[in-house]
Formats: sequence, structure tokens, C-alpha cells
Amino acid sequence: MAKVIIYPTNSLILSDLVQRFGHTPLAMMEKIKEKVTTVGVDSPPMNITAEEPKHGLKYAAVEVPAGVRGRMAIVGPMIEEAEAGIIVGESPMAFGCMGCARTNELTKYLIRSREMPLLELEFPKDDDEGQEFVYRIAEFLKSLDEVKGESEEATE
Amino acid sequence: MNEDAVVKVALVSCGSEYAGVHGELTSVAESVNAKLVYPEIEIDILDDIGKDFGIEAASPDLCLMMARAKAVVEGLSDVDGVFITSCFRCAEAAIVRNEIRRYINKHSDLPVISYSFTERTTAATLLTRMEALTTIARRRHLLAREKQSGLTAGIDSGSTTTKAVIMRDNEIIGSGWVPTIKVIDSATEAFNQALEEAGVKQEDIQAIGTTGYGRFLIGKHFGAKLIQEEITVNSKGAVYLADTQKGHATVIDIGGMDNKAISVDDGIPGMFTMGGICAGASGRFLDMTAKRLGVDITELGALAVKGMEQNVDMNSYCIVFGIQSLVNSLAKGSTPEDVAAAACHSVVEQIFEQQLQEVDVKEPLILVGGSSLIEGVPKALGELLKINVLVPPNSHLIGAVGSALLASGYVEE
Repeated sequence: MAKVIIYPTNSLILSDLVQRFGHTPLAMMEKIKEKVTTVGVDSPPMNITAEEPKHGLKYAAVEVPAGVRGRMAIVGPMIEEAEAGIIVGESPMAFGCMGCARTNELTKYLIRSREMPLLELEFPKDDDEGQEFVYRIAEFLKSLDEVKGESEEATE
Repeated sequence: MNEDAVVKVALVSCGSEYAGVHGELTSVAESVNAKLVYPEIEIDILDDIGKDFGIEAASPDLCLMMARAKAVVEGLSDVDGVFITSCFRCAEAAIVRNEIRRYINKHSDLPVISYSFTERTTAATLLTRMEALTTIARRRHLLAREKQSGLTAGIDSGSTTTKAVIMRDNEIIGSGWVPTIKVIDSATEAFNQALEEAGVKQEDIQAIGTTGYGRFLIGKHFGAKLIQEEITVNSKGAVYLADTQKGHATVIDIGGMDNKAISVDDGIPGMFTMGGICAGASGRFLDMTAKRLGVDITELGALAVKGMEQNVDMNSYCIVFGIQSLVNSLAKGSTPEDVAAAACHSVVEQIFEQQLQEVDVKEPLILVGGSSLIEGVPKALGELLKINVLVPPNSHLIGAVGSALLASGYVEE
């Protein structure tokens, strides 16, 4: 089982696919749930305070807007934790969306910078492409078991 | 609208919930009895909003902002005002924010404020702006008042000076102007000066209005019937003194600590911006320039009109560096006249760069506040904008006059 960062980071479909193949999706929803249910912080709607943009300085300099740094404070640790990644490009907003183009650029760059298995594909435009889309993701996720198994054997 | 009613303010924003400022926005809204609402939209509209609105923004949240602005203009969302906000230093958001502001202003009569935040933005920073937004929605009938009636007083407790006027039957009959040291003491002194000149007693005054940074403190002290932020009060005072109460006008108020640029229609502010990056754009810089040149602030203007700003390389983007430029220029042999002219030019250049991009400048352009009395300032502003700058009589008393005028609305009530 691998921890897989998905992009868009809040895509329910991608998150579900990762889970169906026995892996752990690293997705925004889980992190936001953690934020919202954190006891002692009262900063609705997402319990993000002025501290998050400061934590985001690890990923982007102070001249980068606070909204980008606040998002990166949540996404950045997920990227660091990931063992594999799936990036879907050109997707409609309903598929998942982080809201900010600059955050998207930085997120994709940081995922690509990690030396880990990575699948990049475009969002399908018709049914045939849709089937191919799901097939490629499925194959990638299955391959992670093999990679993970090999590396565990090597460690032993 | 009932004065006690909750004002519904449409929040058209990008990134505020991730920047940690959302709590501050909610808090400032609550402090002025307003509620932030999110204009509802159909999700499908987002696919084409870029082309519909005209800006094909890469950021989905900016598309959402455009869709929400459209919902406000089309009346799909029932709101009393609009607060447009996005991250400071985001170029894409700045373009969208500015165009949304223009779009709402053109297609509705809702008051609009636009603001770019950092994670350090606090409710206190936004208070005057939000207070003004809700006042325009809540007290439109009061702001429509064009004549002062009865015997009223207005006190403007500014960051640098405190001004007071006494008005009777649409005439200024007394005024006072003192430096602000202790807020209540200075207000009392200015008020007493005005009462003495007017030849009336405090107990004869039928209603008092207060404005400026110390408005709450002095308002409570003097039992004011109107305690009002300076954006609505000053714009009202400006069009009243300039006799331009009907139609468009633009008011620029260069204060001791910050500046206001207000776009006014029929005496009611539509769009406005407040602040500045640094005190280098405020009257404080002119005050420091006068001190460094060894002249009284009242003499700086006459000196400036004799000088050539082009002869001095000055950038007062920061007040510290501005003073450094000033000292360097004098050390190189620049004349005090040229330095004074450069200081005036530097202040108005910053207002042009930082603030006039946030409002649509429509003539007449009315310059008010203490800095308007420094002749070099209106001259530099006129040269920069290539339009005539109107400085009405008593332009330094603008806040006090506006307060006395609006307070007279409570005499009849």
C-alpha cells in the first residue's frame, strides 16, 4: 500500500480510485476535515489562521500571496509524505480544483520534483478516452504494489 | 433601510479563507452589524464565465468571483453592498478585482469596496472601510442631505490635527484647528475655539457630529448624535464645500496618516479606497519636509510653487528613504524650493500610483484635507493628472463641516 498524492488535490474521483486499489490517497478533503475538527481553533470556515501562510513560507517566499502560502501549508506536507503521485491536467472545475492557478503551478512542480512514481495524464474528452483514463490509472496503481513489494524485499 | 437592520454585504473574494483573514473579515462585519453573504451561482456558469465576463482568468476562484459579481448585478443575490477582496501581490487577482469593481459600479448602485489583504490584515484595519460601506447602505437618506439646518457642531479628531466647526442655517459661523495631542483635550480646545468665534455656548448646540480616528472617544465625551467614519463624512463635506452635490465628483483627502480617494455620485460615495503603503504618501511626509527645510508647514506650499520637482530625484515610497533623498538632495546643493516641489510631487505621485487606480477619476476632482492648503500639492496633482484640481474654501475643515452637516439630520428628527 502506498501513499498517493493526487492532483487536483481535492478530486473525489481520483481519491476514490486510489482507495479502491488499496492505497492511501493524500487529498485535501482529509486535511481540511482535520482542520475543521481541530479543537481549540475557531476560524471558520476552514479553521485556517494567519499561522498557515507563515508555515507556507517553507514552500514559497514572502512575496508570494498569502492565499498561495496558506494553501501550500496544507498541500506541501502532503507532497512530502507521498510515495507516488497522479497528476490530471486540463480537468474541469467539477473534477476538482484548488482555486488558485499559482498554487496549482507550484503544487505540480513540487510533485514532479519528488523522485517517486508519477503518472501524468490529461482529463478525457469522450467515453473512449474516459475508459483509457481509468485503465491507465488502474495500471499505475497496480504497478505501485509491485514497486513497493520489490523495495520491501530489497530492504529485507 | 432601517438603521438597526443587518446590512448584507456580498463577499466576492479569492483566497481569503486560505490566507487566514476570513475570521477578521467576519469579525469586522459583525462589529458594524453587517453579515457577509456569498452570492449563489449555478456551477455551470463557471465554464463560460471567462468569455462572458471578458477575462479568461487561469485561477478558478477568480472565475468564481466574476460569476458572483454577475449574480449581484443581475439581482440574483439580494445584497446591500459588495466587498471585493483578493491576495496582495497577485497580479491576476488585481486585474480581476479591479474590473469586477468597475463592472458592479457601472451596472448597479451598490456601494463597493475593494481591498487586497495579507495574512496580517486585521479587523481594525478594515473597520473604517466596512463602516463606510454599511453607512452608505444604511444611511442613504442622511447622506442625501444637501443643506445644514439648525445650530450644529462637527468635530474631526484626526491623527495630526483636530478640527471643529459650528454651523447655523447652512453657514459656518465658527471654526477651530489645533494639533492633536491628547484626543479629548485637543477636541475640547478646537471646539472651544469654534464656539468662541461663533459666539454661542455648548449647551445651545442642537446636535454634534464627530469623525476621524478619535471619533468614538470624543463622540461619547460630547454626547454626539452622529459618530461617523471619515469616508462618507469627508466626501459629503467636500461636495458641499465645492458646491458640486449633483453628478459625479472625485474626492482626494490627503490626511496626516493616510489618504482617501472617493468616487462620489450625487453626494454619495460609490467606490473608495483608503490608505497607502507608507506614510511617505501622506501629509506626515510634507510635515517632515517642512521641518527639515526649517520652514513652517504653512510656508511649504509657497516654497514648492517656486521650485522645479524635476531638479530633485526624490522617492518617498517609504518615509525614511524619502527623508534620505531629501537630505541627499540638500547636501548636493538643491534649493529648498526644488526640494519642496519634489516632496509635493512625490506625495501626489504615490497617491496616483497606489490609490487612483482603485477609483475612476471623474471631474471635478476635489482636493481636501490639511495638505490641500500646501499650494504645491494641488499644483503637482493637476500637472500629473492633467486636469484642474478644485480646492474648496475651508478644505482643511472638511470632516468637521461634513459632520455638522450630517448631524443636522438629527435636529429635525
